[in-house]
Parts: sequence; structure tokens; C-alpha cells
Amino acid sequence: MRGVPKSVRDLSFWLLPVAGFFAFPDYLVLGSQMLIAGLFALSLDLCLGYAGIVSLGHASFFGVGAYTAGLLALHGWHEPLTGLCVASLAAALAGLATSFLVVDRQGLTRLMVTLGVGFLLHELANRASSITGGTDGLSSLELDPVLGLFRFELSGKVAYLYAGGVAFLAFVFVRRVVRSPFGLSLQGVRENAARMPALGVPVRRRLIAAYTLAAALAGVAGALNAQTTGFVGLETLGFERSASVLIMLVLGGAGRLQGAFLGSALFLVAQHLLSEQSPAFWQFWLGGLVVALSFFARGGLLGALDALLGSLRRRGLAPAGGAGAGP
Amino acid sequence: MLDSPTMTAIKLWGSVFSGFGALGLGMSLLLGGLLSACESKRAEPAAGTATTSASPSPSTPEPEPKPGPAPAAPGPVKIGLIAPFSGPFAGAGKQIEGGVRAWLDQHGGKVAGREIELLVKDVTGVAPDVAKSLAQGLIVRDKVDFLAGFVLTPNALAVAPLATEAKKPMVIMNAATSVITTKSPYVVRVSFTLPQVSAPLASWAAKNGIKSVYTLVSDYAPGADAEGQFKKTFEAAGGKIVDSLRVPVQNPDFAPYIQRIKDKKPQAVFIFVPAGAQGTAFLKAFQERGLSKQGIRVLATGDVTEDQELDAMGDAALGVVTTHHYSAAHDSPENTAFKQAFSKVTGGKVRANFMAVGGYDGMAAIAQVIEKLGGQIDGDRAMEAFKGLQLQSPRGPIRIDPETRDVIQTVYVRKVEQRPDGFYNVEFDHFDEQKDPGK
Amino acid sequence: MSFLGVVFDGIAYGSLLFLISVGLSITLGLMNVVNLAHGAFAMFGGYCSVWLTTTWGLPFLWTLPCVCLAGAGVGALAERLLYQRLYRASHLDQVLLTIGLTFMAVAAATFFWGPTQQRVELPDFLRGQVSVLGLDLGAYRSFLIGVVVLISLGLRGLIERTRFGAQLRAAVDNQQVSAGLGIPVQRVFCLAFALGSALAALGGALGIELLGLEPSFALEYLVYFLLVVSVGGAGSVRGTAFAALALGLCDVAGKYYVPQIGAFIIYALMIVLLMLFPAGLQGRRA
Repeated sequence: MRGVPKSVRDLSFWLLPVAGFFAFPDYLVLGSQMLIAGLFALSLDLCLGYAGIVSLGHASFFGVGAYTAGLLALHGWHEPLTGLCVASLAAALAGLATSFLVVDRQGLTRLMVTLGVGFLLHELANRASSITGGTDGLSSLELDPVLGLFRFELSGKVAYLYAGGVAFLAFVFVRRVVRSPFGLSLQGVRENAARMPALGVPVRRRLIAAYTLAAALAGVAGALNAQTTGFVGLETLGFERSASVLIMLVLGGAGRLQGAFLGSALFLVAQHLLSEQSPAFWQFWLGGLVVALSFFARGGLLGALDALLGSLRRRGLAPAGGAGAGP
Repeated sequence: MLDSPTMTAIKLWGSVFSGFGALGLGMSLLLGGLLSACESKRAEPAAGTATTSASPSPSTPEPEPKPGPAPAAPGPVKIGLIAPFSGPFAGAGKQIEGGVRAWLDQHGGKVAGREIELLVKDVTGVAPDVAKSLAQGLIVRDKVDFLAGFVLTPNALAVAPLATEAKKPMVIMNAATSVITTKSPYVVRVSFTLPQVSAPLASWAAKNGIKSVYTLVSDYAPGADAEGQFKKTFEAAGGKIVDSLRVPVQNPDFAPYIQRIKDKKPQAVFIFVPAGAQGTAFLKAFQERGLSKQGIRVLATGDVTEDQELDAMGDAALGVVTTHHYSAAHDSPENTAFKQAFSKVTGGKVRANFMAVGGYDGMAAIAQVIEKLGGQIDGDRAMEAFKGLQLQSPRGPIRIDPETRDVIQTVYVRKVEQRPDGFYNVEFDHFDEQKDPGK
Repeated sequence: MSFLGVVFDGIAYGSLLFLISVGLSITLGLMNVVNLAHGAFAMFGGYCSVWLTTTWGLPFLWTLPCVCLAGAGVGALAERLLYQRLYRASHLDQVLLTIGLTFMAVAAATFFWGPTQQRVELPDFLRGQVSVLGLDLGAYRSFLIGVVVLISLGLRGLIERTRFGAQLRAAVDNQQVSAGLGIPVQRVFCLAFALGSALAALGGALGIELLGLEPSFALEYLVYFLLVVSVGGAGSVRGTAFAALALGLCDVAGKYYVPQIGAFIIYALMIVLLMLFPAGLQGRRA
């Protein structure tokens, strides 16, 4: 890739959310949800796109982060940034604890284990209703202004910038990780786990580390959700959330960091539009879209863009060189 | 060093890159354009008479001027209706919307000289973040005067702080957890609470010779509310709760639980499960195991035998005693008119249930407030107008408690009977002026 | 006495789970396709039965063979058109396609039948309880167990005594060698998928009484089917049977003796069993 450095290329994607802030001042609540969902999808990307662990229970860590942040806010600790850190830690611990169940298994068994863990946590949260509020959830969460200056208010400006800032930092961090030797070894494990030990890579430990990191990031997303919504409920842990984040990630393109955010944005915008036009059909079209994706666009939106660029390149309409967006 | 091939590459790549960026920006602007275009289109998912301002209703004498270019008249009163229209709770949303439109149909879609514009938003299920996003959009973009709907408690709880901050009245048309009205001074409820209907059931049971009851509820907050209140009232009246069971919310098979009940031989069973498949499953298993033959009676809150599902439950539901605030079999001119209007706006396929009445009465309450305020809507004055408001609802007389902003109404004791045109909850006793005991 | 009642109920529940899940086990074991849309096939069978009884007035028992045929037809069609492309695809793609299909099925069911639950009229002799050796057993549950036992015997006969069964077993063990031996593997796949779908549809129809039928059925009960297959081992009918019975019994017994634990049991048990037997109880694929 000549000319423009890769980092600029990758990070220039973030001009879009900044443009969105100014272009759509009335949609900032939707926008902050897109950013939070994007961060959540990014964490799943680490787990799925890079380490190759297909998980249908990733919402477990989102929920752990959300409840931790919520409980802190409910019981007197109103500072948002430290709440975020504590929530992330809690989610990382949960990830570490369950990683042992997940890394040793393959295929359907692993999928079922992630599913089972998700349902167990959901049921636990339902049972422990004296702590979690059960189906009613934790409501009216009050938070101090971010950095002591910016209070969360109705228009959602502060929430958007807060979520956006955290998501951006997370993006930069994850980008660093996947381009490091650790990240490259993860991709190696995903492609062919049997060969990696020959290279001296401790496969199991790498997977555990990746899973835990993914859990920590999911926890950050969950905490952001709790703090900006002011509410935490059981659906943060539910199967619906796990399934939809998977769809969001694949929609945008797994294994490419921006894909997580693109897919989430596309998904939420489509949901917003379709649920107004034809609420009952939203699910049908989503299903159809997912089916079409699995046939025609296995790399998601970014994969399709890549294919387009590739065919343009073959016809000599684009310069030869490195691949499109993505490491 | 910029040699010729590198320059070419930079130029080409630069053009591709800016193309990509332009594409991205273009996409977002296009999407934004679509979004704002769709915002101005008022979606009407349910069939029914067009009573929104997009096209003038056939029953109004002349069309109202549209909002926008400096109108002399104040324009329509906007009501944002947030409810689930897809997913497992889709039926609830349709019932509520049907109730609201039934009222609008009966009154020509206008109040105090202003049109009523209904903005319907699908919250898709239990999704507090979606609810909050929708509510924020309604308040900030659409500038609604009232927020209404709210079938599920978590969604209502998430939106309450917004109502406080924006000073918008929030009319709860279904959600039945006591705590909701305490979350914001702008919340008013016209539906019911579970403790409100469970307590009279316990009183009735105690008065009618039932001394021992086994309770079985679904293991989530509404179930816990119902169980707690029933137990409290029943034990205070001298009854004995033989045992309590909490079953998983999505429980496929009641057989083991029915077996436990059979072992303990209570005089009656009090149940609360989500309306629909669960209620039917329980009653069928109950009947199959011969518990009804043993003389054990079934007591439940009206959710279990609610009107929309009752016909599908069939024989298994016969003889079940329930308490609730509304039955389709309630004999009053208001109810007859309401059912007719509901049938008209929904195409006559489903029976109106208590959620439809919630929508109907919510709309009626809003209309009364608009009239009291003379068409000038202000959040604080609207809340004052809501307090103490009285309505002759299709269910019976209701009023809003000025202190708690919750509904005070008659709770009826009913029994499921088979009539020529289907199964109905037939009222045979009632408890007047019931408040929410949860406060 | 109630212990036997619990066992009976557990067996009934387990039988239903087995009936629906066995198709998934065959599909997964044979074609290595994670078919999350399996619940949708069962739901399809249920709605077919409802449609036949309400619109066509067919007695419930007569709908059962019709539902089997319909299920087989839809299964064969789906296999030819959609699933065929997934044999070489990654698990993620399979998960996606089948989840997408499930969403579409749920939305379609809501559109055609509405979100409320459906019911069927049972013939009189299937209602209430029958007295067997002093025990009161549910009539419908007894019928269910009987049907499942018959089907299991038939299935076993099919797999172990017929040529098709031998081809199926060969293809499960090693696809490439089987193809090399001249076994029409594609046709075996198609027939096996059709068979599995037929059984799922039958299970869906039979399950209306026990499990209810709503559009959300496809997603709600999916977990149970996946559970049975992953614990029992994909590709093994016997393993699926054991797993289904074990889970059915444990679930019912747990709810009876220790109801406070309730929903935990089935998930905790699944995790424990999967940790102990990663390939399932009698799995053929590691």
C-alpha cells in the first residue's frame, strides 16, 4: 500500500461518527446506541473473527458489565469512568472463569456451551431479583457528569460523545492487539489450530486470553449501555442480544474491525426504518437478509466492498496493492 | 522522492480513498435523508379509519391546517404511542392501538377543535434501550405532547426519567407493576396493577369458605407481585397458604408441578402465568390429572383467562374464578359501543381485551385533559388535570388517584362460562374503589 | 406412587424431545450442518396440523401422516435449494443461514396465524387419564409414548436392516469413502434430511398438546433440541434417545422434588455432561 499510511486509512473511518454528530443532531440517542452496539460487535469480532470461537452467548459479558455498572450507580458510586473500569474488570473475570469451558471444545459442543452459559446467567439474574431487580431491572440510575463537566441530558449529546470516545479508544486498542504478534497468532489458531504448537504458540492460553479480552470489552459496552440508558434489564443477558450482535458483526464483515461498527449502524438504522413501516415484517426481512448474506456476501459489507474493489482492480480501474480496509 | 509511478499511485489511491470517504458520507447522508423523510410519513400499521392528520378524516367537516408554515390554528395534538408490534408481545400492541383508534373513531379524531395525531412506534418487545431511543425521538424530533402506551414494565421504567426531564405526561396503558408511577411525577396509569387485582381475589376466597390455597406463579417480577399480595391478603383474612411454587417463565410442561399440588390437596390453587400458552398448558394439565374432579378450584388473576386467548383455551378454562378490571362480557352501554368501535377499526378478527380498554381509556383521559386545558397543552398543567380525573369506562367507573396518579377502579370477580358465541369471563361479584395496595 | 408418576411424565416429555431432536441428530451427524432452523420445521408441522383440523375439518389423528409427508416434502426442498450449499461452509455461515430461516419462519407464522397460540381438538379417547396397574396415567401422554416407541423401532429397523440405512451409516462414518464405493451420497443426504424433517414435523404436531404452539415456538424450544443432540452425540440415534430420556427425566424429577432449582437444572446438566463427554454420550464425531 503506497501513499496513505494504513493507520490513517483505518482511523479515517471515524470521520463518519464525527460527521454524524453534526449532521444528525436529533438522532444522537440512536447514534450512541449504534456506537455501543458497534463496540459490542467489536468485542465479538475479537472472539469470533480473529480467534475463531463462534459464540452464541456473548451477551453474558455485556450483561455482567451492564449490571456491575448499574449496581455501582444504584448503590452510591455515581462516577461513570471508574464504573466503566470496574464493570470491565468484572466482565473479564466472568470471561476468564467461563473460558475454560469454551476453549477445549469444538463445533456444536462449544456453541452449546456458550448458549448454556448464557441461559444460566440469565436465569441467575432472574433469580437474584433482590440484587438485580429481576424482570423489572435496575432503573433510574443516576450518574455524575463525565469528567465532572458534562452531564447526561435529554438531547443525548454527551452520551454520544462519551460512547463515541470510549468506542474509539477501544478500536485503537483492539487494532493494536490484532496487529501484534499475539493477534497474528490468534489468526493462526483460527486457521489451523493443530499446526500452531509447532510454531511454539500455546494455543490454549492464547484462546483464553482472547476470550477474556473479548469479555472485558463486551463488559465495557454493557456498562456504557447502562450508563447512557439509565436502566439495566434482563435482556442485556438474553439470547436475543447474543444473536443480534452476531448478525451485526457478520453484516459488516467479521475479521475486519470497522465491520463491527458498520454492521451495527446498518442493523440499527434498518431496524429503525423497517419497524416504522412494517413492524411485523422487520423480522422477516432481517431473516431474509441474513440468509442472503450467508449465500452471497460471506464477508459482510466490507467483504462485498473488497470483492468489488478486487474486480475493479482486475479490470485495471484501481491501483494494484494491498487489500481494502482491515489489517 | 516522488517519482512518476509513485505519484500516479498516490493520485489513484487518493482518488479511490476519497471515493470511499465520499461513498461513506454519501451513505450516511442518504440514510439520514431517508430517516427524516420517513419521520414525516405517519405510519399506520393497523387497518382502520384514517384519523391522523396526513389525510382528513371523512367524518370531519373541514380539514385542519397542517403544521409547519405559520398556521393560524395551533395544529394537531401529537401523541406518541410506544408499544410492541412485533415479536412475542405483538398482540398486546395491536390491542392497545385498536383501543386508541376505537376512541378516535367514536369522536371523529378531534378534541377541543384540534386534530389528534397518533405516532405509533414499535418497541419490538422487552427492549428498554429501544424504548428510550423511541421516546427521545418522539420528544425531541416529533415534539409530541403526550407519551402513551407502555405494555412492558422495563420499557416504562427506562422512559420515565425522560418524561421527567422533558416534562411530558406519560400515560401507562398497560404495564402493571406498582412501582412505575413512583418513578416520575409525570407518569399516570389508567390500566391496573397486579396487587390491585390479586388482593380482592384473596378476600373473595377467604369469604367464600376457601381456607387453604396453593400458589403457583411464574418466576419473574409480576409473578412475585401477584403471589406476594395474594399471600398477604389471604393470610390476613385467616387463610393458609399451603405451599408456594415458582415455575420458569417459559415452562413447557406443568406435569411435575401439578403432581405436587395433587399431593398437598389444597382447596384451591392460585396461579399467575403469562397470558396465552402457559395458562392453557396449566389448565389442560390440571384437567387431565383430574384435579378438578377432586374438587380443587382454580383461582387466577384475569391475565390468565384474558379475552383474546379465552376461546382458544376452551373447556379447560371452565369454572376458573378470576379477578380483573375488565371483561368483554361486562354488561354496559359503554362496553357495547366500545366493542363495536374496536371491531370496526381492527377488522373484527380479535376480541377486545383489557389492554384494548387500557388504550381506550388512556385516550379518553388524554382527551379530557386536553379539553380541560382548552387545547393549550403544558406538561405540569396536564398532570394537574389528570389528578382526580374520572371516567365512565367500558369496564366500569374509574378515577385517577390525585396522590399516586394511579388508577382506582372496581375489580370484578368472574367465572369462565360457555356462551353460544364463545367462552367469557362472567362477572358475579365486585369490589369497588380498589386502590393499588402496593403503595 | 408419585415417583412412578414422575418417571412416567419424564419419559413422556423425553419421548417428545427425542422425536423432534432425532432429525437434528441425523442431519448434524451426517452432513455436519448446524441446523438451528430445526425448531422451525417442527413448528411447521404443528401449524400444518392446525390448518388441517380447522380449515379442512380433518380429525387430529388423520393429520399426523399428512404432516409427516408435508414435513418430508419441505425438508427435501430445503435441502436441495438451501442446505446443499452449506456442506462445506463454516459453522458460522451455517448458524447464520439457519437463524435467518428461523426468523423468517417465525415472522411468516405470525403473519398467517397471528401471535396467539393455537390448539387442536383431541379425540375423546385421548383425553383424561387411564388407569394402568393402579396408576393414573395421562391418556395423551401414554399415546405419545406409544407412538414414539413405534417410531423408534421403525427407525432402528430402517437404519440397521435396510440398504438405505446401511448407506446412511456409511455416509455418516466417512463421506468420501462412501462416495468412492458408489453410494449416492447426495441422495442419501436428501432423503435423510427429509426423514429428519418429517419426524420433526410429526413431533411438532404431537407436541401441541404438551408444549403449545405459537410463532415463538421455533426459537423457544430450539435450545432443548440442540441440548439433546449435543449431549447425546450427533449422528447417533441411540445417543439421542438416551439424552432425551435423561434430560426429560431429570427435568421433570428436578421440578417435582426440588422446584426451587427449576430452570437451572437443564442448563447446568447440559454443561456438566458436555464437559464430561465432549463428543456427546455416543458421539461419532469428535
